[in-house]
Amino acid sequence: MCLAVPGQVVELVDEANHLARVDVAGVLRTVNIGLLDGAGPGDWVLIHVGFALSKVDEEEALATLGLLRRMGEAFEQELEDLKASAIQ
Amino acid sequence: MKFVDEFRDADLGQALAAEIVATVEPGRHYKLMEVCGGHTHTIYKYGVDDLLPENVELVHGPGCPVCVIPMGRVDDGIAVAHEDGVIFTVFGDMMRVPGSRGTLLEAKAEGADVRMVYSPLDALRIARENPEREVVFFAVGFETTAPSTALTLMRAKAEGIRNFTCFCNHVTIVPPLRALLESPDLRLDGFIGPGHVSTVVGARPFEFIPADYDKPIVISGFEPLDLLQSVHMILRQLAEGRCEVENQYKRVVPYDGNTQALRVLEEVFELRPHFEWRGLGFISHSGLKLSGAYADYDAELRFTVPGIRVADPKACQCGEVLKGVIRPWECKVFGTACTPERPIGTCMVSSEGACAAYYNFGRFAREREVV
Ligand code: SF4
Repeated sequence: MCLAVPGQVVELVDEANHLARVDVAGVLRTVNIGLLDGAGPGDWVLIHVGFALSKVDEEEALATLGLLRRMGEAFEQELEDLKASAIQ
Repeated sequence: MKFVDEFRDADLGQALAAEIVATVEPGRHYKLMEVCGGHTHTIYKYGVDDLLPENVELVHGPGCPVCVIPMGRVDDGIAVAHEDGVIFTVFGDMMRVPGSRGTLLEAKAEGADVRMVYSPLDALRIARENPEREVVFFAVGFETTAPSTALTLMRAKAEGIRNFTCFCNHVTIVPPLRALLESPDLRLDGFIGPGHVSTVVGARPFEFIPADYDKPIVISGFEPLDLLQSVHMILRQLAEGRCEVENQYKRVVPYDGNTQALRVLEEVFELRPHFEWRGLGFISHSGLKLSGAYADYDAELRFTVPGIRVADPKACQCGEVLKGVIRPWECKVFGTACTPERPIGTCMVSSEGACAAYYNFGRFAREREVV
């Protein structure tokens, strides 16, 4: 739960509840973007427990993803947890 | 030096390591604390400390949210989980944290309905899907995680969901740092500041460290190069006789933090007068509880929470590890009675815990001798 993982916003699905579909390392999941000033398709965000914490640029996002991939088990566990998530 | 070739830019890593060597005074011992468990993880994984001169020592701080939850709060959580009709939702890491009479995982095996969730919003969904049940969310984490709980509670309130409550164990980052700085058994020269918590709180709350304690702090990113650079920035401040808050992680952390997240924290939570930390004891104004406006969502008001207080097990030295007084492998039960499979202390549970990070990366076998 301690990780913040980068993902790319694909589309907004429920604007009233600040929900967006985000691609996280190939996993598509719904994430809450209500802590950001605004984010749209194409934006990279850092996601922690189902919420986007901050926007980052693409270079930062890809570098962080690389770092997480090399972390191995902790990142795989995070992705498994994320797959089990069904935020509405 | 065997890990530097795995860095994003190995040459830069070597160059920074050389600059660090050039910055330190040979006869002086430097003790720097990395506050955040994510940093601990990177340091062991990449052997960042192997790139530092002998006289620069990194010690681990109290920034792993799972590690600081005291046994009594786990016992309280288990008591609520066993109440009739309750679905008790927790983050995966918390399932294995030992209380005085076992873990939530064991409570589940005994028949309590304990469910792992990825997000507090998953817990809220479970409440929506089970209107006849009481769904409790075991909230843990620093300011990184607390805004997510806050927004979830705001949503629950807006939807009028009545069967959802939060057992709040959120903590704040500044009070334990102040407690460490006040503690007589620890002499630190500077801090590697936490990256993710600072995306929310910003760099500003750490200004008391240079102002009141004359120590530098550099907010750092999570890559091995970030950490080397942050160490270099701290050492340069010390060499130049400066001490201030510097932000190495500017590309993600704004100096003022995430104002939207700070606003929701303000609305949903208030500070508790005291909160108990594993190994650190009670620290004033260090924990959050739900504000009056959210009292209906407070599990501590809806259920009888026993308020159990238990001393940490005798064998456990997590407190000393969390304060950076000893290194993980110096704990008497490290790797023998206490392993990630059967943790005695919390620092062995989460992959961000200092003991687990040590253990998982086999660092204990090749660590230099301690003097
Ligand atoms: S080895 Fe276990 S008991 Fe000892 S400090 Fe680490 S987690 Fe705590």
